Amino acid sequence: MTSARNIKNQVYGWLLLTPAAILLVTFTHYPAIATLAQSFFSTGTVTRPSKFIGLDNYRSMLEDEVFWQVLENNIWYAVGTIPISIAIALLMAVWVNEKLPLRGLVRMSYFTPTILPMIAVANIWLFFYTPEIGLLDQVGALFGAPSHNWLGDTDTVLGCIIAITIWKEAGFFMIFYLAALQTLPPELEEAAKLEGASRWTFFRRVTFPLLMPTTLFVLINAVINSFKLVDQLFILTKGGPDNASSLLLYYIYENAFSFFDQNYASTLTVVLLLALAVIAIGQFVILDKRIHYR
Amino acid sequence: MSATAHTAASAPAVGATRFSFGRMLEVGAAWLLAFLWLLPLIYAFWSAFHPSEYATRFDILAPLTLDNFREAWSQAPFARYYLNTFMMVTSILVVQFILCTLAAYAFARFEFRGRDIAFGLVLVQLMIMPEVLIVENYRTMSELHLVDTITGIGLPYMASAFGIFLLRQTFKTIPKELEDAARVEGCGPIQILWKVYVPLAKPTYIAYGLVSVSYHWNNFLWPLVITNSQTTRPLTVGLAIFSAPESGVDWSIITAGTLLAVAPLLVAFLLFQRQFVQSFMHAGIK
Amino acid sequence: MIRGIKRAIRGLAIGLFATFAYAQSALAVELTMYYPVAVGGPLTKIVDGLVADFTKANPDIKVNAIYAGNYNDARIKALAALKAGKPAQLSVMFAIDIYELIEQDAIVPFDDIVETAEEKAWLNSFYPALMGNGRTGGKTWGIPFQRSTIVMYYNKDAFRDAGLDPEKPPATWDELVSMGKKLVKKSGDKTDRWAIMIPSTGYPYWMFGALTMENDQVLMNSDGNKTYFSAAPTVQALEFWQELGDKHGIMPKGTIEWGTLRKNFLEGKAAIMWHSTGNLTTVKKNAKFDFGVAMLPANKRRGTPTGGGNFYIFKKTTPEERKAAMKLIRFLTEPSRAAEWSIKTGYIGTSPAAYDTPALKKYVEEFPPAAVARDQLKYATPELSTYQAGRVRKSLDDAIQATLTGKKSAKDSLGSAQSQSERLLKRYQ
Repeated sequence: MTSARNIKNQVYGWLLLTPAAILLVTFTHYPAIATLAQSFFSTGTVTRPSKFIGLDNYRSMLEDEVFWQVLENNIWYAVGTIPISIAIALLMAVWVNEKLPLRGLVRMSYFTPTILPMIAVANIWLFFYTPEIGLLDQVGALFGAPSHNWLGDTDTVLGCIIAITIWKEAGFFMIFYLAALQTLPPELEEAAKLEGASRWTFFRRVTFPLLMPTTLFVLINAVINSFKLVDQLFILTKGGPDNASSLLLYYIYENAFSFFDQNYASTLTVVLLLALAVIAIGQFVILDKRIHYR
Repeated sequence: MSATAHTAASAPAVGATRFSFGRMLEVGAAWLLAFLWLLPLIYAFWSAFHPSEYATRFDILAPLTLDNFREAWSQAPFARYYLNTFMMVTSILVVQFILCTLAAYAFARFEFRGRDIAFGLVLVQLMIMPEVLIVENYRTMSELHLVDTITGIGLPYMASAFGIFLLRQTFKTIPKELEDAARVEGCGPIQILWKVYVPLAKPTYIAYGLVSVSYHWNNFLWPLVITNSQTTRPLTVGLAIFSAPESGVDWSIITAGTLLAVAPLLVAFLLFQRQFVQSFMHAGIK
Repeated sequence: MIRGIKRAIRGLAIGLFATFAYAQSALAVELTMYYPVAVGGPLTKIVDGLVADFTKANPDIKVNAIYAGNYNDARIKALAALKAGKPAQLSVMFAIDIYELIEQDAIVPFDDIVETAEEKAWLNSFYPALMGNGRTGGKTWGIPFQRSTIVMYYNKDAFRDAGLDPEKPPATWDELVSMGKKLVKKSGDKTDRWAIMIPSTGYPYWMFGALTMENDQVLMNSDGNKTYFSAAPTVQALEFWQELGDKHGIMPKGTIEWGTLRKNFLEGKAAIMWHSTGNLTTVKKNAKFDFGVAMLPANKRRGTPTGGGNFYIFKKTTPEERKAAMKLIRFLTEPSRAAEWSIKTGYIGTSPAAYDTPALKKYVEEFPPAAVARDQLKYATPELSTYQAGRVRKSLDDAIQATLTGKKSAKDSLGSAQSQSERLLKRYQ
């Protein structure tokens, strides 16, 4: 009886899983491995078929100044977007969780960027950043600030891209914090008040530590996003000027679909996969099972 | 105001005035942030409903117009783009529901060899999303002759690790007694899934559905790569080439096009705001 | 008995199928064509209109004209469709894509398609300057369609305001600088109006091609396998561009956005802009001030690259499709249509005959700026076009932007661009 049931379980389990498994293997596991394999081959053209070239692609990558710059940009992009968007998200959640005049409207405002396509809002941000006639310069002019070429200056362009990403992400992350805040027992705050703790102390000592699992969850999302969110580059800068705002995924796209060098793009993708793998392992080792995955 | 009263009551009397001033500052900051966050949308409305000479100039008396929408609508096949996006989003959602339900059911309620490894392999997709693998997936699609098809846009997303994960968590919370009761009544595994699990997981389906729809409605990179023609292009890609800066930026028409593209989702969001937020929260807590 | 019926049915089916197939082939050839847009205005509507006219005149040919985005997108999408087995038969693509398309073995030369003497004559009916990017190895691969040069748009009101003669735009680099200094308008720290803006995103190498030509230097050889990025006149040209912002202070520092520049000009924030003549009609429609159009100023000589898109016919085509594609191309490049296209957009009428049509003649008479791009053709040079075009172009674009943003000197940045392109082009020499 039990063994019959067991076999039935085996068969059913795998049968139910199969359709999803086929697609997952085809579009996640197979391509991840194929990417690695392709990185050892040259890109074929009609006249020159693809052939095995060992580590040549990796050698050109290491010599490729643009690659190094793109990698550096991506790190700055991560450093710029992750802490700020998380901090703003937390702030938003705390505000919206309290009794705030016009709370519904405020919450809606915070959340709206989440449901707007990045590609659509990029043109609006282009207006904000355009020198002379753009909003930023017009507002600056009211205070007598000289106009600035926001996207045309290698020093400010990445900051501009980061600002958009923060704007886009913060409301999304806020939701997770809000959900977590609502599960905190209100008695805690009452107790803290009785002991005369200030709001800040209470937040620092009680709320924030209790929100740690959420912070970790949001953190991982933010890290993944910092490799994934490149849509705005297509409209705003195309990675320029002089690659100052180019990011790894955008550079991969450029190589694969603009220069038709798929195999070099595969080599770059391997780097991206490595980065994601490191994050995944880090998550597994450091956080283990403390995170939300019950 | 009630918030202030509430704090004042429990806080020492001396600090009360200072505290309420700080409170006002805080409310102001919250409002300011909300305004900043809404600003792009406010600008889009401004520029779309005014003639193009007011696109960069703000005058409360500027005349209103609908010409920009007319112009945008006639310059790009938005109707077709709507249709494409709609077909893409619904086909992805339907297949996701089916595949993820089956897989989640397997993970939640069946003991089979290799289950934990399989589950681990599914979770890999949470990290390595299809966006990262555009180069190889494009190669695969061309071998399958699915380049420039709606199916081609959707296929890599249809077996969603997030969906499987979410439904598995939900299914696991459903008491086993319900399943046993159904079995006593003579239900097979599929009937149990259909009669017990699916109905009880309705909130999860709604939550996941909203997340999925808004994700794919807004998705850009992969559709850009895989579509070639306007018979498959979704709104995001259509909008990107409609408003490509190369053709000279005319914000009035571009923002009109932008509003056209986001309108359905935005309206749905405004109407069902609570539902949206609850759903995203629900999906996030799991 | 049963076998008899079966046979009869099969016969019938084959017969039906044959008739159907015959009817199909007699009925229509279907053409798919990708095309890009890189300037303002409702160009997609204009192209759709022209195509509709064509199908009205040729009901047996069905044309799907697909707008694919910018020049880059058009090439990517057309080639992607080719590989994916849903090929286009012809497309408008960047004139400078020629070497890449040849290397991919994607296109056929028109010499292989034209048959009659009349058709051969047609190949020679276009402005020779516009054929520069369409010919290589003694064969014609591209037929000019949406072709342009860079022209100088200037705000006559701003000239008057600065005490300059609005009918005398700068004709030399020196005049550009000296007039430019008068045209800049400042209030305190703030610049209310810049003298000049030359766009340096989107297609920086194109603008740069004008500056180098004016300095009597081309950027590449005609085989597309050598570049001259680090030649002394090239470096000088980039230094001049940089100095407009850094030294003379008449142009904003940093890069200038191709897409928003027209708006800047229309808002009176730039007295002069360099841009594609393809923008002419849009500027004309939207300018609220008196504006003029002039040829680009000279240093050692006048100069501009040609720009824009050519028709190409793909190799994967049947003889019928090629014939139909030829018909379409000939229809769209006919003088009267080239004239209509030029009037509606500002692009150059591609043949001298176009400027002889009554419509364009009249238009030029009423609106002389419409002829500037054509008149400038005699100073024009082909646009930067090489093998490995995408990467070579990027190396030059990066060098230009690095210099304009003050990260590297003209000499250093162009030096590294040159060594990069040499590495890329080595195997084509």
